Amino acid sequence: MKWDTCDPSVQYLLHLGDDALVLGHRLSEWCGHGPILEEDIALSNLALDLVGVARQYYQLAAKRIGGGCTEDHLAYWRSDREFLNHVLVEQPNGDFADTMARQFFFDAFHVLQLEALQHSTDTELAAIARKALKEATYHAQHSADWVVRLGDGTEESRSRMTAALARNFPFVEELFTPAEVDRVAFERGWGPDVASLKATWLELVSEVVAKATLELPSIAHKLLRGKSGIHSESLGFLLAEMQSLPRAYPDATW
Amino acid sequence: MSTPDQWPLWEVFVRSKNGLSHKHSGSLHAPDAEMALKNARDVYTRRSEGTSIWVVPSSAIVASAPDEKEVLFAPSDDKVYRHPTFYEIPDEVGHM
Amino acid sequence: MAPTVDLEARFLAYVAAENKVEPKHWMPDAYRKTLVRQISQHAHSEIVGMLPEANWITRAPSLRAKLILLAKVQDEGGHGLYLYSAAETLGTSRDQMIDDLHAGKAKYSSIFNYPTLTWADMGAVGWLVDGAAIQNQVMLCRTSYGPYSRAMVRICKEESFHQRQGYEIMMQLARGTQEQKAMAQDALNRWWWPSLMMFGPSDDQSPNSAQSMAWRIKRKSNDELRQEFIDKTVPQAEFIGLSIPDPDLKWNEERGHYDFGAIDWREFFAVVAGNGPCNTERLEARRKAHAEGAWVREAASAYAAKQAARRQAAAAAPSKSHAA
Repeated sequence: MKWDTCDPSVQYLLHLGDDALVLGHRLSEWCGHGPILEEDIALSNLALDLVGVARQYYQLAAKRIGGGCTEDHLAYWRSDREFLNHVLVEQPNGDFADTMARQFFFDAFHVLQLEALQHSTDTELAAIARKALKEATYHAQHSADWVVRLGDGTEESRSRMTAALARNFPFVEELFTPAEVDRVAFERGWGPDVASLKATWLELVSEVVAKATLELPSIAHKLLRGKSGIHSESLGFLLAEMQSLPRAYPDATW
Repeated sequence: MSTPDQWPLWEVFVRSKNGLSHKHSGSLHAPDAEMALKNARDVYTRRSEGTSIWVVPSSAIVASAPDEKEVLFAPSDDKVYRHPTFYEIPDEVGHM
Repeated sequence: MAPTVDLEARFLAYVAAENKVEPKHWMPDAYRKTLVRQISQHAHSEIVGMLPEANWITRAPSLRAKLILLAKVQDEGGHGLYLYSAAETLGTSRDQMIDDLHAGKAKYSSIFNYPTLTWADMGAVGWLVDGAAIQNQVMLCRTSYGPYSRAMVRICKEESFHQRQGYEIMMQLARGTQEQKAMAQDALNRWWWPSLMMFGPSDDQSPNSAQSMAWRIKRKSNDELRQEFIDKTVPQAEFIGLSIPDPDLKWNEERGHYDFGAIDWREFFAVVAGNGPCNTERLEARRKAHAEGAWVREAASAYAAKQAARRQAAAAAPSKSHAA
């Protein structure tokens, strides 16, 4: 891609935007296939919120890059080695329990992250975070509600949610392990020290999991470096689909 | 009789931001009151904030009979829905 | 209680005077049955109609397009929900209606059995299919059954952006690269005739039409609606430099309408009978979603029951909490 995205503030915005876009994209895959019409509509709302906030981060990044760079250049023309989302959010949807477990772990982190970002020294970023926090709070409530209902529902839902928590938990450590992008952001006062969010996250998540009559898995964490552009094999396929049309017609405007 | 995966019907009333009273918006299915409220927000207020929502189980609604002078009606009962799907029949009675 | 014949006559007069029928009113059994069939079919169409467009959400070529398409498809889900709710006031249940759809007993608009093959199809579907649907829906805002007409008013309010979105895509493509323009023309070629078929065969071929008109369920004939749609749409195509794939299409000054070519109703009946390109896939997708969602719905019901039991138990024994 011809634009230079190396500027640290751009990198940070891309990291935040990539989390939102990739997760929103995954949620949008449920559209038309949800377990009940009301939930189909709810999942689409989540996807709309996330893609919406991704656009704001990308637009700000594009503005800072200048030279005619747009949000779509950033979303459709970077390779998966340039995407800086957490590996957690690119995981395939699986069944509804998997989707809610992934969502629940991320949402609880996202709310804490946004609470900190509201006070970012990067005031344009802070403004985006303030608006996004309202939505993220609602998302966190929604995913927690489902973890509880599925954990404390039927035998089948309980066993599925237990498995889903176990499948997603190994991806969680990356949320609290600073990489270059969030280390620099913390040094400049743009964002939080993500390691410091872990204790609160654990408290919130444990409370919900207990209410669901389940336990947090004690499983080893995966060694992950999504925030440094080293992803699971899932992201390549996701981006191949998402980016296919503009790449097939590079001269066209869409 | 309802099967284990059927969610009951709820009626939704919404008062828009700066509105004066709650208006009936429609209905939806939800397993309990909490989800009914959340679903109502997603389905019936997708386009605006600052709304107040009431949800009521449809079976709890008692409606007046239509005015005899205006419309046609058969001998009244005060159930909103007059059809078998909204009556609970014990399993022992069998299929009706 | 008045004999049925009198009631039916009074009912006819009542609706002829543009009064609304409400759930608690007496209504002829046939009126009730017709409405349940029509409203549920309409609801099924919205839900199945989500699928050909949801097909392109993950490949939308810009973030703005992605959001708009996702919002549109979500709206369609919402519309299905409003319509199922309206049908439920007539004594059926959503589960019953869905079971009938999945068992192949209920119909949905056959237009959704066509595949969406390119991004231009998103334009064509929004412009033509939603355009045709709006024609019908505006008319239904005045339908005699209250809950149906109110659902339609709500739907029409939300529908306004759907057709605009489709036309905007077509316009952008028609004004784009050669390949984009060809893509748009190809989509128009494939969707034009099926869209005309959406209005159904001529009313003289449809035995229920006259009764539906008398009951004010239906307000305009199929042919009238189809003609209105053509008259409105042809100039829109000309404006963006695309050509309607009908060599017989010609403005008739005398009639004040467009003359158009013969519709191949064999295609329509074949698709309605289940042999369209995507009939199987559409129903399979819906059956699968419903079947795979059963454990989720059951879990939520089970949890609700547990919570209700816990609340009852807590209410019944408040003083026990003090016992050490």
